[in-house]
Amino acid sequence: MSTPILEARRISKYFYDPVKIKILKDISISIDKGEFVSVIGKSGCGKSTLLYILSTMDTDFEGDLLIDGVSMTMKKEAQLAAVRNKKIGFVFQFHYLLHEYTVLGNVMLPALKLNKYSKEEIESRAIEKLKILGIAHLANKRSNRISGGEKQRVAIARALINDPHIIMCDEPTGNLDKTNSALVFDIFMQLTKEFNQTLLVVTHDNNFAAATDRIIEMEDGCIIRQ
Amino acid sequence: MNSKLLLNVTGSLLLARMRQSIVAAAGVTFGIAMFITMQSFMTGLNKLLDGLVINRTPHIRLYNEVKPNDHQPVNESQKYKGSYNFIRSLKASNVRLSIYNSGYIMEAIKKDDRVAGVTPRITARAFFNNGVVDINGVINGIDADQESSLFHFTDYIVGGKVADLNNISNSIILGKALAETMLVSIDDVIQVITADGNRYPLKVVGFFQSGIRDIDKVQSFATIATTQKILGRPGNYITDIEIKLKNMDAAPAMAREYKKRYHTDAEDIQTANAQYETGSNVRLVISYSVAFTLLLVAGFGIYNILNMMIYEKMDSIAILKATGFSGNDVKNIFIAISVSIGIAGGLPGLLFGYLLATGINQIPFQTEALPTLKTYPVNHNPVFYIVGILFALLTTYLAGLFPARKAGRVDPVDIIRGK
Repeated sequence: MSTPILEARRISKYFYDPVKIKILKDISISIDKGEFVSVIGKSGCGKSTLLYILSTMDTDFEGDLLIDGVSMTMKKEAQLAAVRNKKIGFVFQFHYLLHEYTVLGNVMLPALKLNKYSKEEIESRAIEKLKILGIAHLANKRSNRISGGEKQRVAIARALINDPHIIMCDEPTGNLDKTNSALVFDIFMQLTKEFNQTLLVVTHDNNFAAATDRIIEMEDGCIIRQ
Repeated sequence: MNSKLLLNVTGSLLLARMRQSIVAAAGVTFGIAMFITMQSFMTGLNKLLDGLVINRTPHIRLYNEVKPNDHQPVNESQKYKGSYNFIRSLKASNVRLSIYNSGYIMEAIKKDDRVAGVTPRITARAFFNNGVVDINGVINGIDADQESSLFHFTDYIVGGKVADLNNISNSIILGKALAETMLVSIDDVIQVITADGNRYPLKVVGFFQSGIRDIDKVQSFATIATTQKILGRPGNYITDIEIKLKNMDAAPAMAREYKKRYHTDAEDIQTANAQYETGSNVRLVISYSVAFTLLLVAGFGIYNILNMMIYEKMDSIAILKATGFSGNDVKNIFIAISVSIGIAGGLPGLLFGYLLATGINQIPFQTEALPTLKTYPVNHNPVFYIVGILFALLTTYLAGLFPARKAGRVDPVDIIRGK
């Protein structure tokens, strides 16, 4: 195989409040292109913490993180922001759409920030992504006028807009009912199968995890199975 | 940096908080409007008050002062050259008041590029007599045309015509207060008694009012020729040469230069009227500090609103940062919000300020002391408008800076984990 898309080398992390606790203990994982990986574990085992470190948003850790073979540890805040913009897509439990914008506007925002294509091109690309997710008809609606399941799909479209190397999800179905959860899962499957998209999903839904390519199980800050 | 996108985000955040943004902008509008109004009014008043003295005062005045002779015999003596010489009971020598070679000096000064105009003058002490009382005063022999064009003489004439001074021989224009004391009106004839005791009848052709009563009580004006006649002096007798410069600030240096060149005394306007400039400066400082206070209050309003907006928009900030906006981008967005409030409030502020100042300019204001004044004076100076908008931008920038830095430092992990 070629170089892994994402590689963590002996990552440790401490929480200092109220007392010093080692929340992650020498975690090493690597994820290759096209993999659909899920991270499971009990509440408080550190799986979300790990995700935020892997996503470059949390920089307070020991060890080394490589995205696309490039180390992230020495990079400055603005450089990390650029890496996130270009190479990582995010889907959280909460959708985090900007209510001031339309659905289309929300999806376009990261691409406008990347500033690689013209506005017209970005718009057509955004509509294309919305079509993949089956919500193209919502494009011009205000983002606070659509249902929860639809919002989460808009968030996925937003994550896809810059063709990221990897999409990281933190409990993407946590707020959704069964139907919508199934829908989101199907979308993820479609993305890996049809578009060879790499996905890293933190979840506590074991049924969800069971259907993924690879399961990483964590307990007390250690990986016990991968 | 992609400034168009940042402005786009700025605009949408502003629109989302439309009402608060308008209130914040209204604070700036009020501050700037008051600043413009106060500055226009204050400097209008300043200009008027300064004009009372400065318009009437030559920038440089050449004359011969009554004083002890600079060259005392003991200082000239070789024997005492190296010592300090103390001379007691020194008296002023008999100075010739008229300026030597005045015609030539005036011609020479007129050719100087820095000079806007030159006019001769004779100052003579005299008694005015009407009936039994003698009132002492000063007769100024002037060139009425020059005096009008250089020192706005016509503006201060409240009765009669300046031209009559030239047209009617043996005529005089009296200070208003002086005329009131003597109970004379136009076309009356008064008697003037010079220091030498000569008596001379003059016809009153006009009244003069400077707005400063002490001056109006003693001053009077006649032509140069009439004054020379009263004093019994020849046609080249001139006691003062008054010079108006193109640039008033050059007066002190040029006064020294002329003093040396023409062997007369020379007084510049800055020395003669130092206190007026001080007064203007103090008034200017007061109006600036009031405007600054108003804008400071507006600034606190903006600070508050931005702080609230940041707490409200924490989620938006978090996702912007997660999807690739750097802390600096977020900071710039919030500064842009603040500065747009400044622009949106500042520009109408300039307009309202202009309207308010124009309104004040329409209010009737008449006073005995200031004959040329019909309404409150206002000075519409473009500089105030430039300073006003810069002030608005600066205060809103500073007010936005701290909340914006806070927004820039928001840690998206904290927000996203908290959900």
